Amino acid sequence: MAGSPDSHGNAGFEQPASFVLDSESEAEIAKLVAKYPPGRQASAVIPSLYVVQRQMKRQTGSAWVPVKAMDAVAHRLGMAPIRVYEVATFYFMFNTNPIGTYHLQVCTTTPCWLRGSDEVTKTCRELTGIKGWGETSEDGMFTMTEVECLGACVNAPILQVDDDFFEDMDAAKVKTLIEALRRGERPKVGSMAGRQGSAPDGGPTTLTTLSFAPEA
Amino acid sequence: MLQDQDRIFTNLYGLHDPFLKGARARGDWDGTKGLLERGRDAIIDEMKKSGLRGRGGAGFPTGLKWSFMPKQADRPCYLVVNADESEPGTCKDRDILRHDPHKLVEGCLVAGFAMGACAAYIYVRGEFYNEAMALQHAIDEAYAAGLIGKNACGSGYDYDVFVHRGAGAYICGEETALIESLEGKKGMPRMKPPFPAGVGLYGCPSTVNNVESIAVAPTILRRGAAWFSSIGRQNNTGPKVFCISGHVNKPCNVEEELGIPLKELIEKHAGGVRGGWDNLLAVIPGGSSVPLIPKSICDEVLMDFDSLRAVRSGLGTAAVIVMDKSTDLIKAIARLSKFYMHESCGQCTPCREGTGWMWRVMTRMVEGRAEPAEIDTLEQVTRQVEGHTICALGDAAAWPIQGLIRHFRPMMEERIAAYRGRTGTPPMPIAAE
Ligand SMILES: Cc1cc2nc3c(=O)[nH]c(=O)nc-3n(C[C@H](O)[C@H](O)[C@H](O)COP(=O)(O)O)c2cc1C
Ligand code: SF4
Ligand code: FES
Repeated sequence: MAGSPDSHGNAGFEQPASFVLDSESEAEIAKLVAKYPPGRQASAVIPSLYVVQRQMKRQTGSAWVPVKAMDAVAHRLGMAPIRVYEVATFYFMFNTNPIGTYHLQVCTTTPCWLRGSDEVTKTCRELTGIKGWGETSEDGMFTMTEVECLGACVNAPILQVDDDFFEDMDAAKVKTLIEALRRGERPKVGSMAGRQGSAPDGGPTTLTTLSFAPEA
Repeated sequence: MLQDQDRIFTNLYGLHDPFLKGARARGDWDGTKGLLERGRDAIIDEMKKSGLRGRGGAGFPTGLKWSFMPKQADRPCYLVVNADESEPGTCKDRDILRHDPHKLVEGCLVAGFAMGACAAYIYVRGEFYNEAMALQHAIDEAYAAGLIGKNACGSGYDYDVFVHRGAGAYICGEETALIESLEGKKGMPRMKPPFPAGVGLYGCPSTVNNVESIAVAPTILRRGAAWFSSIGRQNNTGPKVFCISGHVNKPCNVEEELGIPLKELIEKHAGGVRGGWDNLLAVIPGGSSVPLIPKSICDEVLMDFDSLRAVRSGLGTAAVIVMDKSTDLIKAIARLSKFYMHESCGQCTPCREGTGWMWRVMTRMVEGRAEPAEIDTLEQVTRQVEGHTICALGDAAAWPIQGLIRHFRPMMEERIAAYRGRTGTPPMPIAAE
């Protein structure tokens, strides 16, 4: 399989022997392709890789993109497989290895670091037993990834779980969150300090004098 | 200080309904057909008069940019909206996407109409999943209400708006990398020229604008260029969303007037610097790519394009990263070097090799495990990267280090001396890595 993304000898997991788009994925990809002009269906490659990553999550409990799934996307979009491998490995959000049930993504870029991302990292490690970045806990529940700025810096530090941002984190809040995830619960997305969006703690200093026509 | 009635993003914090009913109550989609009836040239003219400069970082005049699109084209034309927001410190477009999405959708229609586009593609960074869902919901509402799509707003003009999600690559915020990515390729910047207005998405004339630049357009057209340009300072007009992160008591986003003093911005809205103003060490005033400024400059500087350029920094994305005296400043900058190394697309040698080199040397500078003369070598290497690459990521990697050396060289030298004193290490070969 020269040139394919697993040819670097990633040991420790197996590529499935086959992958077939299920009807849900087929329907989603058809909708995606329709967004782009005729003949430009390659534009749908990133969104389609999300579709197959989600299908893997449905079918196996792990959100990742095996090589066979990349091939299925290539086939569906009429692209050379190598073009899809390039995209799947260039973009950080496609997992080319299996991951745990919950994907803990810790932002450690400077604005988060200034507000305690080291503590978030440390607490996640203590609670999951994970030692290094990219590793999965022994029970298969959690994978920890270091990520770059998530674009939510005024609510730093951020811990992203799958697609959701949990904001204004500290050690205690990480504990609350991880314990909830273990129970199969999902706390409310957003600030875990109860802040309103990106408003300053204690309430906005602006937009306080406006009232709008009743929402007819 | 900006008054509430002059604020554009009246649902910045999501206190109200972000969707169509709420948006209409806040004045969105009011008389949009009439705006379009003014015609392409009149719209572009009004935008030029407003003085709006692009909110994505470079500050290029928006109206002028729109005027570069061909008046008559034999191919489709596109508006591409840059919602890739990944510059460390920056989180303003996120609030527009999730709390005021109709301002963006309406902006896509008027901007696209003014430049003769048939559709807008909004490229949203992959991590903004929930934000992309909110935006998609607003778009669905706008289609259902006849505001976009066939005969948009009853104007006779057909116009589509699509959301396209990225997948975690800072470089896709660079406009030509974004176009490559939208075409289904790796996000690698293109050489310019040709510029997107000539050869952009699918080889067609295209304009790339930041979310905020597009979202303010309908309000500018409704309230008039004179209103917009009366806010702020000459050549630096209008309100602007600022993001204030780091060592302040109350980090937040806030819409304020361009040209507001940095100190006032921090004290009025972000609860002041942790431990008081005198505990301030330095501020990165415009997102991670711009050089930091020490407290002595922060005392007086105004937050606008020209004032920050005059102190050899920049407004960038207006993301203010505050660092108090407890900060290991060398480490704070070294972490940014790691960011740029991670995000380099690797197609130009000075950037691919230089970002890694700078990070490795910065890592030693954090420990002090270096020769004093290496500070000069580091500075020279940043000069060799800056201006020698296809896109501005190379510059962005160089500037934070240049700012550190310019203002805090003694701190770096002390760190080296302290390491020497602690370990008694003999001098090392210079700039060996
Ligand atoms: C490495 C790099 C990353 C960028 N990231 C963004 C971004 O996330 N969002 C954005 O609007 N502009 C970004 N830009 C600037 C864009 O290339 C472009 O100038 C901008 O989208 C134009 O919009 P404006 O004229 O409305 O400001 C980036 C530029 C570079 C070099
Ligand atoms: S400067 Fe860096 S990121 Fe930009 S094109 Fe060159 S290698 Fe890629
Ligand atoms: S640095 Fe973590 S969200 Fe920006």
